Amino acid sequence: MPEIYLDHAATTPLDPHVLEAMLPYLQEEFGNPSSFHTKGKRAADAIKQARETIATHLGARPDELIFTSSATEANNLAILGYARAHKHLGNHIITTSLEHHAVLETIMRLQKKEGFDVTYIKPNAQGLVDPQDVKNALHENTIFVSVMYVNNEIGTIQPIAEIGNIIHAFKQEKQISHLVFHTDACQAAGYLDMHVEKLHVDILTFNGSKIYGPKGIGLLYAKRGIKLEPLMFGGPQEKALRPGTEHVAGIIGLAKAFEMVQATKAKETIRLAALRDTLIQGILTTIPKTRLNGDAKNRLCNNVNISFMDIEGEALLLYLDAASVFASTGSACTSASLEPSHVILSLGLPYEVAHGSLRFTLGHSTTESDIDYVLATLPPLVEKLRSISPVSVDEKYFTSV
Amino acid sequence: MTHQLPSTPGTQGDVSSYDKSQSWFYTDVVKEHFFHPQNFLEKDADETLFNAIGKVGSPACGDELRVWMQVDPNTERILSFKWKTFGCGSAIASTSMASVMVTENGGITLEQARHLKPQDIMERLGGLPQRKFHCSVLCDKALRDAVNDYYRRSNQFDKIVTEAYRIIDPVSKVTDHDIEEAVLDGAITLEAVQQKTKVGIGNASCLPAVEELIRFYKEKYFG
Repeated sequence: MPEIYLDHAATTPLDPHVLEAMLPYLQEEFGNPSSFHTKGKRAADAIKQARETIATHLGARPDELIFTSSATEANNLAILGYARAHKHLGNHIITTSLEHHAVLETIMRLQKKEGFDVTYIKPNAQGLVDPQDVKNALHENTIFVSVMYVNNEIGTIQPIAEIGNIIHAFKQEKQISHLVFHTDACQAAGYLDMHVEKLHVDILTFNGSKIYGPKGIGLLYAKRGIKLEPLMFGGPQEKALRPGTEHVAGIIGLAKAFEMVQATKAKETIRLAALRDTLIQGILTTIPKTRLNGDAKNRLCNNVNISFMDIEGEALLLYLDAASVFASTGSACTSASLEPSHVILSLGLPYEVAHGSLRFTLGHSTTESDIDYVLATLPPLVEKLRSISPVSVDEKYFTSV
Repeated sequence: MTHQLPSTPGTQGDVSSYDKSQSWFYTDVVKEHFFHPQNFLEKDADETLFNAIGKVGSPACGDELRVWMQVDPNTERILSFKWKTFGCGSAIASTSMASVMVTENGGITLEQARHLKPQDIMERLGGLPQRKFHCSVLCDKALRDAVNDYYRRSNQFDKIVTEAYRIIDPVSKVTDHDIEEAVLDGAITLEAVQQKTKVGIGNASCLPAVEELIRFYKEKYFG
């Protein structure tokens, strides 16, 4: 049976062209970019070139980019690095309740251990943040605002530019410069406009593993002039903000992958959005007691997140796995914490709806016949699990948004 | 009581080891019961055939289990045992396995049923991932609930045994003993105990009592 991989929000395969670009730097061009010889120089030049490529697509300057080991590290450096360097100017942070753990846990750490006040903005029932809520939460003490570009579980696209505008206006009105706006753009990098000026963001983070690039490489864009405190200490690499010998092949791979997804994003968005809507409509019309989680319109082209009432997500995931369909779930049973998805809960839905949620995320390899196969496979599996379930979730929760 | 997992050949890699390394793959026996669950209550089953029922959990805590038993009034053996569950792979498999265990060879007696332990079920399954064990093996609790229900219905009130341990959370039916076991397993914060037992996840009102017990057992065992 062919494998149908529908978990591209978790990670993507490495594009063969990306691998090809990386290979020399894993083999003959192994030099240390800090070395003062030709071999080292060639590695340093390759990094310089990769930095320029990425900067072009971001509308940024090459010296505004810092390479890290992952988006988690980039988010940590952005949040902890900025907050610790500016705590004398204010101790208020604004974020949302549906951020990725890499942002949420880091900010919670500042709140619990380092004396910061945090406002967690709740999204509406469709999983969208209201820019007015950000505006109302802004305070002269606010130093950092972090709102993710696209949610990784329900795929909702947040109004980043609008929020950026509001923050910019607030800074002008109050004559303050220490307030910055960060967005975690991991899910967006493959499909949306990443121009930092258009988005009105000061700090932006993403990684290679979600855009057909390698794992183990992340990127932090921080506008020139923004001071960060490093998390690690050592050599002068990455302006001493991220010491340690550069992951040369990873950096080359990230640049190649980013260049490629940005070039194909318009076409791929149209193709995948059609497949996405076929899958959503197919499930909602053929399987009773299902609901789409997250806004249907302001939604990334590859994301389908559905709650199947009365059954538990892990069980359905494993049945699908046996049918060679790889998806993911917001159920507690597959999380290390045994807590269900904080994102589904933050939509105001009860635990049992979060437990029954399943996420399919499409990607470059996804075809129409994959979607047809899922639509044919899913209904009997749901039916089987419902036949052994004693639960009946209240009707009010399964009308789709 | 020991939580050491039995080492069934070929299934070693399937279960999480005691050193907290995580594994998400189930044993072949678990998979068999998960993909082909046995003895679940069919949709149009005649519930009047059963003379005892039991229930544990709620969907809010991720697992709910209901069981229906047919007990022979003369021998007090379990003739038939049916179930329904809202739960993950290991909840389904452990309940299916328990239903086989209580009805095989002419059925076990209610007295034996009372002493069925989660560890017995887990052993027959060839092990379960460590962190799934406390939360997903609920069948022994539902079974004891049903045994009491049988005695209640047959007016043998003297035979009803309330849990030797005190139920702390009526929703998840987690007892003080479960919390003691969790603390002994190294869970010494509320979050850690909740990860193991799900106590209070669907019922926050019991949390002060849980925290008090964690403190008590922590001092008792770890000074």
